[in-house]
Amino acid sequence: MSEDKPHISSYASSIWILLALLLLTIATVSVTSVNLGPLSVSVAMFIASMKATLVLLYFMHLKFDHKIYRLMMTIVLLLFFAIIILTFLDYSFRIK
Amino acid sequence: MSTDNYVNFFQEKQGRKGIWTWLLSTDHKRIGLMYLYSIMILFMVGLTLGILMKLELIAPGRTIMGPQTYNGIFTLHGIIMIFLIVIPGLPATFGNFFLPIMIGAKDVSFPKLNLFSFYLYILGALVATTSQFLPGGPPDTGWTFYAPYSFKTSTNMFPAVLGAFILGFSSILTGLNFIVTIHRLRCPGMKFMKMPMFPWTLYGTAWIQLLATPIVGITLLMVIAERFFHIGFFDPALGGDPVLYQHLFWIYSHPAVYIMILPAMGAISEIIPTFSRKGIFGYNALVVSTMAIAIVGYFVWAHHMFTSGLSMVAQFTFSLLTFLVAIPSAIKVFNWVATMYKGSINVQVPFLWALSFIFLFMIGGFTGLVLGAVATDIHVHNTSFVVAHFHYIIFGGMGFAFFAAMHYWFPKIYGKMYSKTPAIVGWALFFIGFNILYFPMFILGLQGMPRRYYDYLPKYASLNAVSTIGSWILAIGFLIVVINLIRGAIKGPKAEANPWEGKTLEWTIPSPPSLENFEEIPEIS
Repeated sequence: MSEDKPHISSYASSIWILLALLLLTIATVSVTSVNLGPLSVSVAMFIASMKATLVLLYFMHLKFDHKIYRLMMTIVLLLFFAIIILTFLDYSFRIK
Repeated sequence: MSTDNYVNFFQEKQGRKGIWTWLLSTDHKRIGLMYLYSIMILFMVGLTLGILMKLELIAPGRTIMGPQTYNGIFTLHGIIMIFLIVIPGLPATFGNFFLPIMIGAKDVSFPKLNLFSFYLYILGALVATTSQFLPGGPPDTGWTFYAPYSFKTSTNMFPAVLGAFILGFSSILTGLNFIVTIHRLRCPGMKFMKMPMFPWTLYGTAWIQLLATPIVGITLLMVIAERFFHIGFFDPALGGDPVLYQHLFWIYSHPAVYIMILPAMGAISEIIPTFSRKGIFGYNALVVSTMAIAIVGYFVWAHHMFTSGLSMVAQFTFSLLTFLVAIPSAIKVFNWVATMYKGSINVQVPFLWALSFIFLFMIGGFTGLVLGAVATDIHVHNTSFVVAHFHYIIFGGMGFAFFAAMHYWFPKIYGKMYSKTPAIVGWALFFIGFNILYFPMFILGLQGMPRRYYDYLPKYASLNAVSTIGSWILAIGFLIVVINLIRGAIKGPKAEANPWEGKTLEWTIPSPPSLENFEEIPEIS
C-alpha cells in the first residue's frame, strides 16, 4: 500500500501550487468587477472548488495517498453536490 | 480455557482504584457501560418529563402547569431524548461494547478518543441541562430550535444550543472511531461481507454521524451568531431566510433518524436469527438495504417542511425520495419475517422485544407514508399524528430494540441472568402502555388536535385521558424491567457463556469478557 511508502513533495511543486492558488485568488477578485448576473455565484464557486481541489490533492497529499481516501473524498463531494442541488430545487423554483 | 486464572474486565483494574477504574478506563466495554448507565439515568429524567406532559393533558385547561412551563418541559424532553438518548443510544452503548468483539478485535482503533467522546457527551449533557436552571428560564423552542424564534426568545437558548453542538462532536468522534475500527481491525478472514449485521449497521450509522453532524454543528453556530451579532442568515428583516434554517437543520436531523434506527435494526437482525435458530434470510439484501437507507436517508429531509413554503418541484422531489426510502426499510422487515418462517422459534425475552419492535416499527413506517405524501401531510402537519408517528418509529423502534439488545446481551455483559417472569411482565406492560399512550394520538391528530399546546378543546378530552393512563402503564412496565435488570446484574444466577446459542463471535468467549476480549485473535474460515 502506498501509505507504507511516504511521499515527500518537492519545494518546486509546492511553490507551483502556491502560485496557482494566488492566481486563482486574483481571478476570484477580478471576476467581481464583471457583471455575470445569476452566473456570478457559480463562477465564484467554480474557482473556489478548483482551489480546494489543489489544496486537497497536493497540500493534503490526497493525490499520493491510497485510493480508498480519494474514494471517500469523492463520496463526500458527491454528497455535497447532491445536497446543494436538492436545496436549490426549492430556491430556484419558488414562486416569486 | 482455564477458568481458575480467568480475569474478566470487571475484575481487571489496570492499576487503578475505586471510581478511577471506570472514569479513566479506555476499555471499550467500560466506556460502553458508562454510556449505558448515563443514558438510563437520563432516560428516567426524559420519561418523567413526558409523564408530566401527559398529566397536564389529562383534562382540558390548566391542570398541573401553565403554558410557559409546558413549553420548557417539552423542549427539555426533546433535547434529552433526542440528543442524549436516542442518537448515542445503541452505537455508544452496545456498539462500543460489542463492535470490537463482533469483528474479532481487542478494542476500538482509538481508545483514548473513545473516552474523550464520552466526556464530551457528559459535558454536552451538563451544558444542555444547565439551560433549565439559569436566569432567563428554560428554552421554549422545542428541540428543533427553529429560526427566527430561536434567536428572538428571551429564554436560555445559548446553553441549550451549545450543549447540542458539543454533543455533535461526541457523535462525530464515535463515528470516526467506528469507521476506522471496522476498516482496520477486522480479524483475519472477516471480509466485509462476512461481518455480522450489527457491525454493518454501525458502519452505515458511523458514516452518517461523520458526514451529517457537522452540518447541524455549523447551523447551531449560525443561530448563536445570529442571536448575538445579528448577521442576517435567517432573519428576514436583515435579508435572511428562516426556511434556510429548516433546510440546514433537517439536512442533519433527518439522517439523524437513521443514526437512531439503523443500529436498532442491526440488533434486531442479530436477535431474530438467534431465536429462530436459523441463519438470517437474505444477508446480502440486508447489507445493501442498510447502506441504501444510510444513503437515501440523506436526501429526504425536506419532507419535514412541506408546509414551510417550499417550491412545488421540491415538494414533489422530496416526496418521491421519501417513498423510495421505504423500500429498503420494507426489505428488512420482509427478511426478518422470512428468517422466522419455518424456524424453530425459541420464545425468550429478547425475542418478545424484537417482535414488538417489528410490529411498532411497521405502524410507524406506514404512518410515515401519510406524512411523506404532500397532500395528506398538509392535513396532519403539526398535529399529534406526527408526535404519534415519531414515537412509534423512535421509541417503538429504537427504544424497543434497545431493550431487546439489553436483554439479549445482558448475560454476556454481566455473566449473570435476569429473572424471566418479571422480564415478561415488564415487557407486556411496557408494550400495552406504549400503545395506549400513543395510538390515541393518531386519532386525535386526524381530528385536528395540534401538537405542543398545553390545552385543547373539550372534544379531545376522552382520548387524551386514555393516552395519559397509557403513560402510567408504560412507566410501571419500565420500572419492572429496570429493577429486574439491576437485580439480575447484582444477584442473578450465573449465566452460561452462550445461553441463546448465538453464532457470532461474542458468544465464543467467556462472560463477562476479558480485558482484551480474546486470548488469541480469532480467524474466520
